[in-house]
Amino acid sequence: MNTVTVDRGPAPPAPPPQSAGPSYLDDGHTLASWFATHDHKRIAILYAIAITAFFAIGGIAAAMMRIELATPAGDFVSDDTYAKLFTAHGVIMVWLFLIPSIPSAFGNFLVPLMIGARDLAFPRLNLGSWYLYVVGGAIVLASLFLGGLDTGWTFYTPYSTMFSNGWVVVALTGVVVVGFSSILTGLNFIVTVHTRRVPGLGWFRLPLFVWAIYATSLILVLATPVLAITLILLAAERLFQIGIFDPAHGGDPLLFQHMFWFYSHPAVYVMVLPAMGVVSEIVPCFARRRIFGYRFMAYALLAIAAIGFLVWGHHMFVSGQSPTAGMVFSMLSFLVAVPSAIKVFNWTATLYKGSIRFDAPMLYALGFVGLFTIGGMTGLFVAALAADVHLTDTYFVISHFHYIMVGGSVLAYFGALHFWWPKITGRMYPEIWARMAAGLVFFGFNLTFFPQYLLGYEGMPRRYHAYVPEFQALNVLSSAGASILAIGYLLPLFYLAWSLRAGARAGPNPWQATGLEWQTSSPPPTENFASLPAAPDDVYGYTPRLGRSPLHVDGE
Amino acid sequence: MSMANEPLPFELRHETAQFGMWVFLASEALFFGGLFLAYLYGRTHWAEGFDAAARHTDVVIGSINTAVLLTSSLFVALAVVAARALRPSDRPPGDAERARRRSAHRRVAVFLWITAALGVAFLVLKGIEYRKDWLDGLVPGTAFRLGDEAGAPPVGAALFYVLYWVMTGLHTVHLTIGVGVLAVFAVGASREADWVQPPRIDVAALYWHFVDVVWILLYPLLYLPGRAG
Amino acid sequence: MNDGNGVGAGFGWLGPAASSAGERADLLLLVLFVVCGTVALALAVLIVWFSVRYRRGSKADRSNPPSNDWRLETAWTLTPLAIFLGIFAWAAWDYAQLSIVPADALPIQVLGKQWMWKLDHRNGRREINELHVPLGRPVKLVLASEDAIHSFFVPAFRLKQDVVPGRYTVLWFRPTRLGEFRLFCAEFCGAEHSKMIGRVVVMQPADYARWLESGPLRPGLAARGFELYRSLGCSGCHDERSTVHAPRLQGLLGRVVHLQDGRSLVADENYVRDSILLPKKDVVAGFDPVMPSFAGQVTEEDLQALIEWVRATGDQRTGGRG
Repeated sequence: MNTVTVDRGPAPPAPPPQSAGPSYLDDGHTLASWFATHDHKRIAILYAIAITAFFAIGGIAAAMMRIELATPAGDFVSDDTYAKLFTAHGVIMVWLFLIPSIPSAFGNFLVPLMIGARDLAFPRLNLGSWYLYVVGGAIVLASLFLGGLDTGWTFYTPYSTMFSNGWVVVALTGVVVVGFSSILTGLNFIVTVHTRRVPGLGWFRLPLFVWAIYATSLILVLATPVLAITLILLAAERLFQIGIFDPAHGGDPLLFQHMFWFYSHPAVYVMVLPAMGVVSEIVPCFARRRIFGYRFMAYALLAIAAIGFLVWGHHMFVSGQSPTAGMVFSMLSFLVAVPSAIKVFNWTATLYKGSIRFDAPMLYALGFVGLFTIGGMTGLFVAALAADVHLTDTYFVISHFHYIMVGGSVLAYFGALHFWWPKITGRMYPEIWARMAAGLVFFGFNLTFFPQYLLGYEGMPRRYHAYVPEFQALNVLSSAGASILAIGYLLPLFYLAWSLRAGARAGPNPWQATGLEWQTSSPPPTENFASLPAAPDDVYGYTPRLGRSPLHVDGE
Repeated sequence: MSMANEPLPFELRHETAQFGMWVFLASEALFFGGLFLAYLYGRTHWAEGFDAAARHTDVVIGSINTAVLLTSSLFVALAVVAARALRPSDRPPGDAERARRRSAHRRVAVFLWITAALGVAFLVLKGIEYRKDWLDGLVPGTAFRLGDEAGAPPVGAALFYVLYWVMTGLHTVHLTIGVGVLAVFAVGASREADWVQPPRIDVAALYWHFVDVVWILLYPLLYLPGRAG
Repeated sequence: MNDGNGVGAGFGWLGPAASSAGERADLLLLVLFVVCGTVALALAVLIVWFSVRYRRGSKADRSNPPSNDWRLETAWTLTPLAIFLGIFAWAAWDYAQLSIVPADALPIQVLGKQWMWKLDHRNGRREINELHVPLGRPVKLVLASEDAIHSFFVPAFRLKQDVVPGRYTVLWFRPTRLGEFRLFCAEFCGAEHSKMIGRVVVMQPADYARWLESGPLRPGLAARGFELYRSLGCSGCHDERSTVHAPRLQGLLGRVVHLQDGRSLVADENYVRDSILLPKKDVVAGFDPVMPSFAGQVTEEDLQALIEWVRATGDQRTGGRG
């Protein structure tokens, strides 16, 4: 409901009837009501808890790596352990955190609400996806507890098939199982968006978050199976030594790299497109104006998803693939940068003539725009063939992808967490603490990763357990930054938990945001809406006239 | 209109199920697609090895199996047509309607049984073929050889057979699942169970057709190269 | 600090590029940095400016905020596209030069294995984890791996090349500065990956020539190759006096070879290696595919020696340099 101090505006719409049934959180308190639920909102919470746990484990691995790297000598852990740490960090963060994060936690919760549906198209399949994810994740963790994996998350052959002593096949099994979870989640979203939109809600009236989840789901369904078959072949090679990828038996190591990156490059777009969708919801709300260039933004999402399938060879410029192939992949990689650039310009233009508030979600969203821009630009550096010859396999690339995955996706995840926290839990988080955490994350992140661009240019290779003394100064800066970043990550754990008990209760629409999810109570009832909502006239119908604080303690 | 726990209309359920199966098949296409990618890579780099290797697959069994699968797709399509009469109606059925439904159930059951039987025939022939391949030494590994050919197998032949076993193995697994699903539906149809409904038969048939199409793509790649001259 | 003034200077922050390719790469990187930095700065300024000017409560003009502008969208689509394609073309051109090895490049056989580099000069001088090269002369590294994938990376040259088992990869460079430069392995290859480091020493040509002749000499690679050519029985078929019809190997490297299936290629190190290990892969037109494979009978180092012998036969025919 819109309440303004000066201009009363049109009569506000009737509040949602309280006879809608209990909120989804109150609808059953037994373990079975959670672990056998079909409710997309409960499944989203289950995902969020598991994702947080995996993020913590992956984060601990990173912390140990940064402690080791504060000094040039390899004196904190053994070289073998270090390899297991960077592998665990990569495998967990990519497959158990980033890929599921925004789609499975926020996509699951919000997509049905945003399109006026009661649930996803296949609710039981959704629960099945969660179980696959958790079982797959447990298998991956088992490979760590059994003794670990030292191949790197990229599993390059013949090291992973012939020389590694790690628990490779166990880890591969876990990843393949998690992969099936991704495929089924993507399938569910695609069918839901096609068939469950409320009447009158055409494609170009959908929130950009829904477009983003849709584009992501296309990639999940089409790319993940190639990963599955690649890892199955890898496991077969390791178990039976049949000679697909191992030259000693007549195989080709580059075949593995082609197959692996055919999935793993589109996978990075799975990691960033949902984040872009989140930012496209937050920025208009806190700038109090319509997103600039809605159609271009929607098409850009689809373009990134499509072109993203064609660029995988840019991971292989020095691998020994033909120079011609390198040129084709380089050119396509420059093409895929164009829609991303368009999106950054559109978000910037959305600030023009807005009425901007800097609540925590907006801080995270603006942080995303800045850090994603830097990360994306360094992508141009590595897409340029002659430059990549120097920069590939160094800390430059590490910094490039962390700017996008952490500076981009993780910041967007936190932004989403704060923006939709009132909707999901019915409580407001403490704003001061949230802004502090956002500041610490932004500052800590830059201190951690900017020096790594310089380290990469200087020539420090990746996956080095010990390094030559001239690299120490930048490494110390990076490790210092990591400690600040860690605090920034930990703070929300505390104040968000606190808010569940003692936070101010939130009304249906504390941010005065548009979007159907804000037209139902906070938290929503199990069936989402008491009665079928009408398709909104304007998905971003913000007006900048509002002057009052959006925080309403007693609900509206 | 309340949203609580109301079953969705039949058409929407049908559309959802079909659309869901199409999306699933897209992911399956890419699952096999990874192997086709590897095949393309191998064929580009080691054409002679692939041709030499492909001459040793059993083209007779392979061709018979192709005919078997194509025929089975005919019967599953007939089952789909027969199942159209099983659409749930709003009013309780009269005598004529009940008789029509009974005969439809029977036809659906017969067609599905024939399809499943043809699927089983494929599996039996495949099993015979696998045994023969094994005896001919066509399993990559230290004992790999191309039947009775003298000398070491050319480069690429081992990769060809890795792909042969994995592609046909994966196909066989999918086919077995399909046979199982169709058998379950056939049993349900012979018992005139309510859960045997057109959307479900459609979706199962779609899956079966996909398995058939994969085979149609595998057949020329695995059985026909190297035999032209 | 590395002042680039000869052997013995300490290693410090990466100095200016020390190879011709590296100098071009630095220019490209500088331009990229300036262009991206400018745009990033402009965006940052714009975002901060908008944030301040249009903050809630400020007295700015907010009438008719535009929600789209297809001309603007087109402009900021086509302009980045043009810039990107320009950068692509420049970088691709420089990259293409890396595949064109100068004919007078000094060949060095490099073997990467867990966890060391063995480098062999033509005259038999072997180095472990060190590479001495003369200033100003192109050097061609023929890279082989005995086990996993490694990567030969010299930051000062701004160059790296993966070393892949089962084939040779090639990296060439022309050093433009004297000094000692770090050599790293840049592809994870096992526990001691981070210890697989060494140095490249660029010397004055006269110093290099002196260095080459001093120090422990093993029989030249080519001489060892000739020994193997005889002891493995290659000469039985490939010798001029043999009754078996087999291709002549003298001067093979660099020669155009016509294959049985109608293709032709230029014989390079990979071709010779494949012919020894996988003789049925590319059979020469007019010959029967009767050559047996020597896989399992020759090590990577044997192969390097055989290739050096074949290269030497070409030098003798053209009266080339030693």
